[in-house]
Amino acid sequence: MSSPSETETPERGISRRPVEIATALLLIGLVGIVLYDSHGRGAGWDGGPQNGFFPARVGWIFLAASLFILWQSCRRPDGVFVTYEQLRQVIRVLGPLILFVALIQPLGIYVASAVFIIAFMAVVGTSRWWSIGLTALLVPVVCFWVFELQFRVPLPKGPLEAALGY
Amino acid sequence: MDDLASLIAGFQVALSWHNIGFMAVGVILGIIVGVLPGLGGPNGVAILLPLTFGMDPTSAIILLSSIYWGALFGGAITSILFNIPGEAWSVATTFDGYPMAVQGKAAEALTAAFTASFIGALSGVVLITFVAPLVAQFALKFGPAEFFAVFLLTFCSFIGMGRENRAKIIASLCIGFLLAAVGLDSISGDLRMTFGSTELMRGFDFLIVVIGLFGVSEILLTVEEGLVFKGKQARIDLMVVLRTWAGLLRYWATLLRSAVVGMWMGVTPGGAIAASFMGYGLAKRFSKHGKNFGKGEIEGVLAPETAAHAAGTSALLPMLALGIPGSATAAVLLGGLLVWGLQPGPMLFVEQKEFVWGLIASMYLGNLAGLIIVLATVPLFAAIMRIPFSFVAPVILIVCAIGAYTISNSIFDIWLMLIFGVVGYVFKKLDYPLAPMILALVLGDRAEDAFRQALLGSGGSLGIFWANGLVTTLVVLALLLLCWGPASDAIAALRGRGRSDIEPAEAAR
Repeated sequence: MSSPSETETPERGISRRPVEIATALLLIGLVGIVLYDSHGRGAGWDGGPQNGFFPARVGWIFLAASLFILWQSCRRPDGVFVTYEQLRQVIRVLGPLILFVALIQPLGIYVASAVFIIAFMAVVGTSRWWSIGLTALLVPVVCFWVFELQFRVPLPKGPLEAALGY
Repeated sequence: MDDLASLIAGFQVALSWHNIGFMAVGVILGIIVGVLPGLGGPNGVAILLPLTFGMDPTSAIILLSSIYWGALFGGAITSILFNIPGEAWSVATTFDGYPMAVQGKAAEALTAAFTASFIGALSGVVLITFVAPLVAQFALKFGPAEFFAVFLLTFCSFIGMGRENRAKIIASLCIGFLLAAVGLDSISGDLRMTFGSTELMRGFDFLIVVIGLFGVSEILLTVEEGLVFKGKQARIDLMVVLRTWAGLLRYWATLLRSAVVGMWMGVTPGGAIAASFMGYGLAKRFSKHGKNFGKGEIEGVLAPETAAHAAGTSALLPMLALGIPGSATAAVLLGGLLVWGLQPGPMLFVEQKEFVWGLIASMYLGNLAGLIIVLATVPLFAAIMRIPFSFVAPVILIVCAIGAYTISNSIFDIWLMLIFGVVGYVFKKLDYPLAPMILALVLGDRAEDAFRQALLGSGGSLGIFWANGLVTTLVVLALLLLCWGPASDAIAALRGRGRSDIEPAEAAR
């Protein structure tokens, strides 16, 4: 990830056209998978429509639409998809979020939430440490109280909850 | 009158203390959800849906639909005070609402917006009360071909009436259909497009997709613009409310026009957003103060709010009567009905009379409760927006993750939610509409079943789709709607060549 310096004009960023084209190509790839799967299982008539019949027909329409989008995206005047500054902000949320989801399996959702809050607020870096700590403690506890004790919805739990006897 | 008696019985169901409590809780939650960025009507309902599985269906739907009303009201708060539209259909409200707030008339703007919402919603509910039973009765005669024709009508009107790039609407619809097709095929019992993955056998639950597309992606979009919101203060006291209400009588024509536009657009799906812009455009053209629009004219707040809410409420009509939702939130509510074992559609009015009329009665009460609560508590909810977003964002994301997990107790679903969040972010930035995808995902299986059954009945001949007057009318109507968009584009282009200034209603594609 290229990180631009702060002095640059906010207009700098990833331009829109490559993203448009990449998305359209991705969609076409998706169509390819769908058509392969549907026609592979049979998209014709065998005493009734076969189970690939409908997806295959949707797939062909989809292919036409995505080819049209591809053609359109090459003709449109280019713009900015996302500026580097915006992208940096998004990554600052997305990074801790991915960490959070990855930690749910080993640590349970409550501990992972606490880690997520600490990571997120530290990365964003606008809050004092004690408010971060308090939020990281209170939010999982409130969630535990609401979901585990009140609604009795079992959420993924890890070693800490096991040690506490839940 | 039979229906009126049913409605009164419905009021008795809805007026129990128990259900009024749920209504109040729902409205408050809904306003919070509507005010907070990243939580809108559809995914607010989607997150809470799993928690209501154990409840009595009538109470559950009252709770969830009240969240919907609350979210509709909440959207106006952020539009007016913060110039941030909480929902796509409150975009038109910002045009005049925010300038009013800047001029220090925030309280008037908010009162006008809430009242207009209430009037719009009320006209939608009246429409449902009187028209939905007729539609349902009519639809009892439908066979698979007719049902598929109605589905076709729904999708075609999305494409024809949509404001986005049409190829992208089609692409979005197709993605929805294909996601719906993944997993177990209900007719043949075969697995489709799972490629050997056991996780994909269950298919894509639309709730996960909703939470990802509308929740996570919305957060990502919001943080782009930084983490602080700047807003105007507002306090509403009784005098302002009464003064504004007294002034509203002058605008009865605008209110009526917007309500009619909204009801019409709401029944044809994808309408709420278009309706709000149309209501605004029409009011601007017909108003005596048309020139002041955009500078803080109260009529410019009334018109789009009435239209959007009339449309948002009317969107529940096809959902109840035909089983075809007119908006993303209606689609989620429909998913809820299916989970509780209630099959929406014409039979619902015959078999679950008490449920249907309880719901309709709760719409009247829920909107009234919403109006009162929202007027009383605006400062409170405006304060929510002042909590730094670095506190709010992780909490919203955690709630989204919990919501995604509880649907079928699977961590894989949380990953899916994350992936759909990123997809939604990219799609929104590239102007792919998301609502058609949700609609197609919810309706995909049933549209496919209807299509296949119709073809089975006819032995594979497509002639079944113009076999009788009813189905032919529906198909022709669908094709007309499909061509409506391109045709009106062409007309607008021709006119635009002759005249330099294009009216906003036409310019809005």
